[in-house]
Order: sequence, then C-alpha cells, then structure tokens
Amino acid sequence: MRHRKTPFIFGFLVVPVVLYIALVIWPYLQTFGYSLTDWSGASPDMNFIGLDNYTKLFRDSAFLDALQHNLLLLIVLPLATILLALFFAFMLNVGGKSGTGGVQGVRGSAFYKVVFFFPQVLSVAILSVLFQGVYRTDKGGLLNGVLIAVGIVDENHPWDFASNPTFGLWCVMGVIIWSGVGFYLVLFSAAMQSIPKDIYEAALLDGAKRGTTFFKITLPLLWESIQTAWVYLAIAAMDAFALVSTMTPGAYYGGGPDHHSEIMATLLMRNFITYGKAGYACAMGVVIFFITLVLSVVSLRVTRREKIEF
Amino acid sequence: MSTNTDATTGVPAQRSGGNDEPRKPGKNQRFADGGGVLNVFSHGFLALWAVLIIVPLIWIVLGSFKNNTEIGDSAWSWPSHWGFDAFTRAWDKGIGDFFISTVIVLAGSLTLTMLLGSMAAYVLARYEFRGNRVIYYFFVAGAMFPVYLALVPLFFMMKNLGTVIPWLGLNQYAGLILVYTAYSLPFTVFFLHSFFRSLPSAVHEAAMIDGCSHSRAFFQVMVPMAKSGLISVFIFNVLGQWNQYLLPLTLMQQQSSGDPDRSMLAQGLMNLAQQSGYASDFPGLFAGMTIAMLPVLVVYLSFQRQVQAGLTSATLK
Repeated sequence: MRHRKTPFIFGFLVVPVVLYIALVIWPYLQTFGYSLTDWSGASPDMNFIGLDNYTKLFRDSAFLDALQHNLLLLIVLPLATILLALFFAFMLNVGGKSGTGGVQGVRGSAFYKVVFFFPQVLSVAILSVLFQGVYRTDKGGLLNGVLIAVGIVDENHPWDFASNPTFGLWCVMGVIIWSGVGFYLVLFSAAMQSIPKDIYEAALLDGAKRGTTFFKITLPLLWESIQTAWVYLAIAAMDAFALVSTMTPGAYYGGGPDHHSEIMATLLMRNFITYGKAGYACAMGVVIFFITLVLSVVSLRVTRREKIEF
Repeated sequence: MSTNTDATTGVPAQRSGGNDEPRKPGKNQRFADGGGVLNVFSHGFLALWAVLIIVPLIWIVLGSFKNNTEIGDSAWSWPSHWGFDAFTRAWDKGIGDFFISTVIVLAGSLTLTMLLGSMAAYVLARYEFRGNRVIYYFFVAGAMFPVYLALVPLFFMMKNLGTVIPWLGLNQYAGLILVYTAYSLPFTVFFLHSFFRSLPSAVHEAAMIDGCSHSRAFFQVMVPMAKSGLISVFIFNVLGQWNQYLLPLTLMQQQSSGDPDRSMLAQGLMNLAQQSGYASDFPGLFAGMTIAMLPVLVVYLSFQRQVQAGLTSATLK
C-alpha cells in the first residue's frame, strides 16, 4: 500500500535544485575563480595570476574611495532608517492618547502603514527616475521648487543635488531611506504588537513617562528585530548600485562627479562592462561578499542579547 | 491589572481613549495629558512623512498631464489641459512593448517559480531523508548574497547557452524566465517551507491510507490546504519580478541591430529616461512612470496585508 518515497522525493527536488545550482550557486562560485585570473571577459584567454588582482585593488585610489563611501553608507543608512522606523512604529503602536483606556496607537495608524510601505514595492528604476525629477537642477525640480517657495533658494540659482560633489552621495542615501523606512516600520510594528499591553499599562500606572517606557520596555523587547534589520540594511548598503549608477553623473555607471559618489558596485560594473577587466571586477565582487559576510556575523554577535520570553 | 485600572480611574478599562470625557484630577490626569501632547506631536511627524511619500508620487502623475514648458518652468505649475496624449506617446515609444515583454516573462517565471518552489519546499518540509538540511540551507543561503556578485559569470553562461540552444541565450524570454525562477527560489522555498510545516498532517495521512500517491497527495490535498501561503508568496514574487532591474539590464541586451528590443518595463523606462534627456519629452517620461507604477499600486492596495506579511516574514524568522 505504501508508495515508494525515494523516487518521489527525487522527482520533486531534481528540477528546482539543478536550476538553482546551475544559475545561482555556480555563478557565485565562478566569481571566486575568475577573481584569480587576468580574464578580460571578451576573449576566452585567461591566466592564473593568484592574488594579483587583490593587491592591485588595495593600491587603486578609486577603489579605496569607493570603499570609504560604502563604509559611510554602512553607518548612516542603518542608523537613520532604524531610528526613523522605530520612532514611527512607537508612535503608531503606543503613541496615542491613553489615560483611561489603555495603551494604543494613534488614529489612522492603518492608513500610515499603507502609505509608508508603498515605496518599498516600487522598483529602483522607478525610484531613480522619480528622484531625478525631484532633484532636478532647475526650478522645475520638486525639491528646488519647494526651497524656492520657502525662500531658501534663489530662483535664478537653483541648487544641484545629486551632481554636487559634497552632497551627491547623501542625496542617494535620502532616496534609500525614503523608500526603506516603511518596511522596517512594519517589521518593528509586528514585533511591538506581540508585546503584551499590560506591561505598558503597568509601567504607566507606576508613573513612567512615555520616553521611559520606550527605552525600558520597547527597545529591549525589540532587540532581536533591530538586529535583523541591521543585517538587512548592511546588505542593502553594499548594494546601492542601481541608484548611484543612474542618479549621479559619470560617463559609465555614474559615481561622479570625479569619483565623489563612487561605490564598489559601480566600479565593479565599469571595470567589467566598460574596461573589459572581468577578473579584476570579480575580485571586487569577492571583497564585497566578504565585507557583507563579516558584517552580518559581527552584527549578529555584537547585538546578541538574551532572548526575553513573554 | 485591569481591575487595578478600574479602581484608580473609575472608568472601565476596556473603554477606548481619545474621547473628551472629563477626567478626575490627580496622577491619571497627568499621564492622560502626556498622551494628548504626544498625540499631536506624533501626528505631526507621521503626517509630515506621509506627505513626503505622497507628494512626489502625485507630482509625477500630474507631470504626465503637463507640457514640457510647464514642467521646466516651475515645479508648482498646474497642467493647463487634461489629456492623455503623453500616455499615448509613451506607450508608442516602447512602454507598450516593454509592458507586453514583462507580462510574457512574468507569466512563465511565476508559473515555474510557484510550481518548482512549492514542490521543493514541500519535500524539504515534510520528508525525512539524507541531505535534507543541506539542501534547505543551500536555498536559504542564496537569499543573503547580492545578485550582482553573480552577474559576470551569469552573463557569459547565458551567452554560451545561447550558442547551443538559441532560445535560451541572451535577450531571450525563455532564458530570462529560467533566471528569474532560479533567483526567486530561495525566498519561495524559505517561506513555503515553514508554511508546509505548520499544516496538520492528519488529512495527508488519511489520503495516504486511502492509497493516494505522494504526488497526488501534494497536488490534491496539500496545495489546496496551503492556498493562503501560496497566495502570499505569489504576490511577493509578482512585485519582485515586475520590479527586477539588474538581471534584465545584464541579460536582455540586443545582440545585433536586427534583434528586437525585449527590454523589461523597469529597464525600458530607464532607457526612456536617458533618451528623454536628448529628446526632452518629460511628460512622456512621467506618463511612462505612471503606467509602470499603476499595476504595482493596484496589486499593493488590494493585497497590502499579504504584501507586508510576506515581506516581513522573510526577515522575522
């Protein structure tokens, strides 16, 4: 009566596993191999050159600049996004009037969650084109329009945003934060809702202020979600390619002006597609991989706390 | 705890706040007021952020009804006439073709993703065999790496594949369908794995005792039971693949001048944005964006609960 299990298991797994290994795992592994060669990508010739690409990489000033910018992204993006998302999530879940009726969120919290989350489902292409409009360097740009209206900017001398050497990278960060806050807000919201309301009510009855409840109750109980958010934002910070390459000036894959907003990913694509240095580009890919890996491991270790059951 | 509240405030604990009943003075008055101040304060910030999200989006939609001079002249100008000619122009310029290409690829890749993903997740979740954990973690690990780490080898693999099997190469729908499917598998397997685990096994066992085969039990018993989970992950994949940018940018490049432009919508829109820098048809560009955003908006607003749950559960567990 029992049907044989092994052929069934094999039959169900073989196609997805083969497809996955061939198109995802195998290219990942190949990147490591190519990074040890002088392959141009265009011709089949390649020579094994050991770690030459890596030693060259750390003498390349453009790469070191890009590395610095990536580190800046790694600090600013998670910090700003998590702080904003925590703040909004706290408002939405326990920021409302309480007093008589227990702790609750502000009115319309469902509406806010729907609106805040929406940018998360837009593609980077749309984000990029949208913010090219917002950051336009004439008075037709939305941001310049606002600043002219409030009198900060002179109508005849509008500001440049993404093409400014000092602020270019920050403008891109603004877009990433703008689109990401809603997602982490919903993530933290879900975690906050699993905290029993009695705890807040007890604390408020004992005379605790809202700020105190946030730092003494919400934050410790949310620690695990914050740590997850940190890891995901670190990964996102290493992958800002699409926005930097399309929003900042530069002949191929942005990064300008004059490498001021260069990140490792834009440098990688330029070396691969434009300069035909596929091996060198793969070495950059491996560096990005290891930084991502180390970051996830470190942030999981550092932020580890005892899990609180409730 | 609730009896305590009753005693000190004199009103039932269950009553919701936010109404303007007179309150008794004392300690309770103090933190009720604190809540009120915080309420104004929090509404202020929440409303401000909501404005920051909504205004740029509405501005784009309005832009598709303006003309070029109105767009360049001032950010605040109102469209002088309401017509859809910018939309027609954008559609003719290629948005229509990109739209159709995207729908073709998505029809294939979503079917494959759901079929293969649920099959793998089901076997991994409910059958004990050697290597089960290894394969599972293999799938989960794939979600952690940035896609462009694989771009260089993937490009050449697809290029070489195209010389052997032409319809699977670069700038081919079938090739992109397979790539989309492979890169959607980690999340799909991960999500459905925990879902199939949570389903009761009694129904499945009963079916097996009645002589049902393993695969029939999957398609006729487990899949209908897992419907809600399948819908969540399906919506997630619709949005993810509709918005995919890096993979089509690398793989859907015209191979010769005779090769038709099979750009996906996001990629085509970006090309249009670069062209409009020369042709300066900004209303057409804004109209193209509106066309590209509309399906996403409709899917999101109809299923926002599942979308939010699906996206967050990717990180929570």
